[in-house]
Amino acid sequence: MSRTILINIIRFILLVFVQVFLLKNVTLYNLSTPYLYILFILLLPFGIPNFLLFVLALVLGLTVDAFYDTPGLHAAACVLLAFVRIQFINITVQKEGFDNEPEPTVSVMGFRWFFTYAIILTLIHHFFLFNLEVFRFSEIQYTLTRVLLSSVFTVFLMLISGLLFYRSRERK
Amino acid sequence: MRNLLIFITKYNAFFLFLIFEIGALVIYVKYNSFQKATFINTANNVTGTLYSQVDELKGYLTLREVNDSLERENARLRNQLKASFYVDSISRHKVVDTTYKVQYQYVGAKVINNSINHRTNYITLNVGSNAGVAKGKGVICAAGVVGIVVFVSPHFCVVQSLLNKDTQISAMLADHKDIGSFKWGSDLDPTKGLLINVSNNAQPRIGEKVITTQYSLFPAGVMIGKVANLHAREGSTSLNLEVALSVDFSKLQYVYVVTNKFAAEQTGLEALQKKDE
Repeated sequence: MSRTILINIIRFILLVFVQVFLLKNVTLYNLSTPYLYILFILLLPFGIPNFLLFVLALVLGLTVDAFYDTPGLHAAACVLLAFVRIQFINITVQKEGFDNEPEPTVSVMGFRWFFTYAIILTLIHHFFLFNLEVFRFSEIQYTLTRVLLSSVFTVFLMLISGLLFYRSRERK
Repeated sequence: MRNLLIFITKYNAFFLFLIFEIGALVIYVKYNSFQKATFINTANNVTGTLYSQVDELKGYLTLREVNDSLERENARLRNQLKASFYVDSISRHKVVDTTYKVQYQYVGAKVINNSINHRTNYITLNVGSNAGVAKGKGVICAAGVVGIVVFVSPHFCVVQSLLNKDTQISAMLADHKDIGSFKWGSDLDPTKGLLINVSNNAQPRIGEKVITTQYSLFPAGVMIGKVANLHAREGSTSLNLEVALSVDFSKLQYVYVVTNKFAAEQTGLEALQKKDE
């Protein structure tokens, strides 16, 4: 239990640092901007209470907002992401089969499930984030292009980090 | 009542979602109307200090370019020194001493955080109210206009850069003095902007300089960029020109915050006139 908390705190700090000091400066052709920090919400353990999940999503969003000078923007997107996460896991995962609080990582859930999970959640998060930022329909085509390309970039980074921390023996 | 409770606990995820989402959106909307009247930004101590530390590290990577640009500016300033002019008469001294009063003061600052690839780009500087920086002051660099100070804390300030959809400053064509207003284009290109609402009688040419006017909070004649395209946006009643920015925002390192010493006097006077009407 305490190990899970410690790992998640480290992950929070690490992801926020990587996001604001490294990825914030990375943009491909003004179109593709990665938002890797949402990986923190994706990787929280299955057993987390809904209330705690929403609080963590809000805190994560506000932290990133503080560095991006956009109060509330990332927070709103992260809260939506938390809600979608709950729904997605409700539909696809049976909670009873697990003991000792597993996390939805590549090594626990397998590549196919994690890939679908990451793509759907990232797309929804980015779609909401970019549209809330632009806040007009007249540029919808440009916005959608940015959403798609950014999602590809983000999921790519997620899979890479998933493979970096892959532990093959965990799934029995 | 009991059924209601059961209903709420069964769908708790949805209700929690509603509460938190509304909270987040309230923060977002509130910030939009009150121009950063909140502590969540890069001028607060934690984020500001972190950014300045990381920036110190990054500063080493661009030392050579910074040295070059400083040297160029030094040379330019040296050219303006009194010592480098030949004094041809004594009356010249008198004119300089009595009729000129310092109107603009400059505070040097270092950029510690910068973004160019969002719709609303902000720059954080390492000077704040302790150095005399206040909201609404202009920021320029050796190459041209950078932005406007929007938020100040004791040691840091946040500048709304020219690359921001809300920034609009008064500008004119250097040769013909035709006035328009400068704003960032809608295609998020960090090297280009638009000079809009230029009178149809103007005859701009490609490559003509675009500079600030004396109506803005910047000193008159500070470079903004050069005209790059004469027909940027068709179908409007006035001319819209595309401007190639003279400042390379991706490499911004050292800037100056401009203080107009007569600004308070001027706004005070204009407020009186409004009261009279």
